[in-house]
Amino acid sequence: MPDMVCDNCGSTEAVVHLTQIVNNQMSTHRLCEKCAAEKGLESAPEPANFPLTDFLAQMGKDPVADVDPSGTQCSFCGLTFKDFRETGRLGCPHCYETYAPHLQRLLRRVHGGTQHVGKVYLPPDPSASDVERRLAGLKRKLHRAVEAEDFERAAELRDEIRTLEPA
Amino acid sequence: MNDFAAIPDHGLGWLEASGDHADIVLSTRVRLARNLQGHAFGPRARVNDREAVLKRFKDSTAKSESLRGGTLLEMPNLALRMRKILLERRLVTRDLLGEDEAAPPRGAAVHLAAKDPVSVMINEEDHLRVQSLVSGLRIEHAWRMVDRLDEELGRELPFAYHHEFGFLTSCPTNVGSGLRASVFMHLPGLVLTKEIGKVLQGLGQVGLTFRGLYGEGSEVVGNFFQVSNQTTLGKTEEDLVDHLDKVVRQVIQYELHARQILLRDARGVTEDKIWRAYGLLRYARSLSFEELMNLLSGVRLGLSLKLLPGLRVYTLNKMMIFTQPAHLEEAAGRDLPSTESDAHRAAYVRRILAAEGEVAPDDAESDEDELSDL
Repeated sequence: MPDMVCDNCGSTEAVVHLTQIVNNQMSTHRLCEKCAAEKGLESAPEPANFPLTDFLAQMGKDPVADVDPSGTQCSFCGLTFKDFRETGRLGCPHCYETYAPHLQRLLRRVHGGTQHVGKVYLPPDPSASDVERRLAGLKRKLHRAVEAEDFERAAELRDEIRTLEPA
Repeated sequence: MNDFAAIPDHGLGWLEASGDHADIVLSTRVRLARNLQGHAFGPRARVNDREAVLKRFKDSTAKSESLRGGTLLEMPNLALRMRKILLERRLVTRDLLGEDEAAPPRGAAVHLAAKDPVSVMINEEDHLRVQSLVSGLRIEHAWRMVDRLDEELGRELPFAYHHEFGFLTSCPTNVGSGLRASVFMHLPGLVLTKEIGKVLQGLGQVGLTFRGLYGEGSEVVGNFFQVSNQTTLGKTEEDLVDHLDKVVRQVIQYELHARQILLRDARGVTEDKIWRAYGLLRYARSLSFEELMNLLSGVRLGLSLKLLPGLRVYTLNKMMIFTQPAHLEEAAGRDLPSTESDAHRAAYVRRILAAEGEVAPDDAESDEDELSDL
């Protein structure tokens, strides 16, 4: 079909139709698989139990990757991308920074997104922004507890919010 | 040290068959994967990392209300059989024990709390696996206890946390919340009516997954399945827990429906299967663990359907644990080669079933009627 050209990169293999509604305006884009994947879209749902190592192996060979990650090494623990690809395990917390762009793509595939929305961790020595994020998380929980009419839980949360909120 | 008295509940509280749907759901587990800043994760951690992690954890326990007064078991200090018993009671994982039976990894430990059914594995794949294991279907309850313990530990320990990715873990499939909630279910009705494939496929479509008896990579034995969340990032812990709870309750409804179909369309065959299973367990002289699990599945179904009066779910739960190899060896006071183990297993099962008393067939009366008709 002559009209199946990717709107993003001009390749002739557009396979995904993306219909978005932004501010009540509907727009349709045709995308090739590569561009769709970059936008976090799937042309077809993946089976839930796809093997992680297969995906990792494929990821290392991906021509889209801006740098060949196999030469990179984590400066803290020395893990190479090849190690990661073979074992499916990261070496240390710092690896998440070292391989952030690649992990973002992987996490989108595995979890459907990259942004943590659960518990906000408050470290033993919290900064002001840590406290702010934590408070936002607690308020969300409080709202939920009230909605569920779990007043015991709500009271606990309210107490914790009080201890964190500036007087 | 083989001192189970030191272990709260002997680590068997989760067998007590309390909680919702205890005949179908054996147990619920919720765990959080946590790591400390400044140390390599489990698989890449050096001995000094592992020892430092254990020391920091130990220092934090005094300030944790949930852990105070509990028991810390360091794997290298335990006899091999004791380690295996902990594994068979599902208090530790194979990963924690390491590949070399003779030498468990330095720093590998488990802390079992005294008050609540919560524990922490130290130096597993992640530095800490904070978890709760309870009887029956009680996901929310288990989550609350784990959440509280996690808060207490987080106040003392610098967890590895990223503003975008959340709690950082060795395996990217655990990152974010680090939460895995799993429910251990017995689904013979769905297996016998051949509906199980559809249900398991359906689980995949709603972001859940299933495993066999011993977790990842293990086979499905005796119609037991562990159903758990597949993803850990991008949803709140409460949403993950709620979702699993809802889906599991739905699966229970499917299972109950399948059982009704069995009773309606194949009552004779079903009853026969159940009584044969009971008969074999009651009188067999040698049983492999797998055979036992399959027979227990039949008996458990019979008990749920009230076709085998007089047996308790707790008895069946206990039988699953105490007939594993290390438990049999502990009872015998020596190592047992597998043929002997099978004989000891059968003897144990006979003894327990005899102690429960004879199970009276519910058709005794109708037998009499038939006789008088003759």
